[in-house]
Amino acid sequence: MSVFLSLLLAGLALGAVYFLAASGLSLIYGLMDVLNFAHGLFMTLGAYAAWDLASHLPASWGGWLFVVELATATGAGALVALLTEIALIRPLYGRPISQILVTIGLDLAVVGLLLGGFGSNPQSLPTSLWLLEASRLGSVVVPHADVVALIVGLAVLLGLEWFLRRTRYGIIVRAGVENRDMVRALGVDVSRAFTLVFVIGGAMAGLAGLLYAMVFAGDLVSPTQGDSLLIFAFIVVVIGGLGSIRGSAVAAILVGLAQDFTNYYFGSHSGFAEIGNLSVVLILILVLEWRPQGLFGRVR
Amino acid sequence: MNALEATDLHVSLSGSHILQGVDLLVESGGVTALLGRNGVGKTTTLRALMGLVPRTGHVEILGHDADGLATHRVVHLGVGYVPEDRDVFAGLTVAENLRLAEQRREPDYDQVFALFPELKDRRRQRAGTLSGGQQQMLSIGRVLLNRWPLLLVDEPSKGLAPKIVSELADTLGRVASVSTILLVEQNLALVRRLATHVVVLDHGIVVHQGPASDLDDAALTRRHLGVAGAR
Repeated sequence: MSVFLSLLLAGLALGAVYFLAASGLSLIYGLMDVLNFAHGLFMTLGAYAAWDLASHLPASWGGWLFVVELATATGAGALVALLTEIALIRPLYGRPISQILVTIGLDLAVVGLLLGGFGSNPQSLPTSLWLLEASRLGSVVVPHADVVALIVGLAVLLGLEWFLRRTRYGIIVRAGVENRDMVRALGVDVSRAFTLVFVIGGAMAGLAGLLYAMVFAGDLVSPTQGDSLLIFAFIVVVIGGLGSIRGSAVAAILVGLAQDFTNYYFGSHSGFAEIGNLSVVLILILVLEWRPQGLFGRVR
Repeated sequence: MNALEATDLHVSLSGSHILQGVDLLVESGGVTALLGRNGVGKTTTLRALMGLVPRTGHVEILGHDADGLATHRVVHLGVGYVPEDRDVFAGLTVAENLRLAEQRREPDYDQVFALFPELKDRRRQRAGTLSGGQQQMLSIGRVLLNRWPLLLVDEPSKGLAPKIVSELADTLGRVASVSTILLVEQNLALVRRLATHVVVLDHGIVVHQGPASDLDDAALTRRHLGVAGAR
């Protein structure tokens, strides 16, 4: 039973990271029809920015180190997303192929720069000691990092729901996902909502990059980490339904749990350590067969 | 001052030259009906005026040059747009649909709820679950909030029951006392009841423009609208 509960917690934590990675991607595509292949780069740069700043801070920062890293990764993701939207995406609205190519190009170029500048070896992320520790609840071991990932994921989900339901920009985003032209025809300048959604997506991606490094990559940051995470983010978006935050949340939890449980129960017997990935692809196929628009997606 | 003046409008979509030099004049006040058979470019004309499709030619709205303006800026010249098929946001509530349309500091909810009291009762309901008539009310209500001086209204009676169409005509008649309306409509009875002027479109150009009484010309209605001219 304790193994089951530990796996459940780890699967939920992985789901929380997938949600952070996927929800921005989903909103950006849902509202703007932009398939942002640079989203993985936002994750990587968020983690690298946190690593770079934290490496220059004295160890006496202790517990605050994590808070600084969290803020840095979020800010870096948002800033890179803002610059990308203004400089590369905005001039190419209505040209989806060009947008895909330019975001792939940006990702390749900057990952190349990171490899050239810092090497291909992963960098060790300084972190608060308590994050490396675990507590015991009865016979269940509860790693603090898992709990933090879950809390951050839940907080972002609640924050996003509040933004989308309670604010004028949130209503613009939800309406724009349904019919962008009609939002314009009501006199709303949708381009501001585009920029805002890109920045929010970038901030969440930065956060996802940092948490992934902390919780699942042994506090290591590497140049291609974001790109690996991006594949799962795309899968979560497709399973959940494009443009649906709730869909992304449900799909992320589903994928995180499936991957974690399959890896544990079948990985050791089959000798195939990454068998969890296979279960994710299986879920993707089943959902696409049953509901091609995704669990919470609308038919366009 | 004319409410709207379009000169030599051309629109090509997917290789089809749909508008082939439309010249259109809408005088201030009353209802100008834009008529024509299916597929002659009536909806495209409205979309071109709103900047929703690429076009060439010159458009002046309420005395302002509208060439090259983004759609939201065209709206802010003073134009409300009620699209064909309503295009309400199905996933948003009635209240959210209306809130999205607010463009003035003091939106006129009193007028909207006076004309459509049902919208007030259903403001927490998702727009996608409203009936066709209720969705049309919402679509018109969205533009009335801002008291725009010019309204472009595309086939408001489409798919509605005769009783609802009659109520709609009353409402549009009341709206026309404060706003100029350019109305695209296939329902000639409704047009006769509301219109002060008519513009007839055929094969992407304006073939006739004049007072609404011109609809009594049987030859005109038969040639360009495909119906007998009798009332």
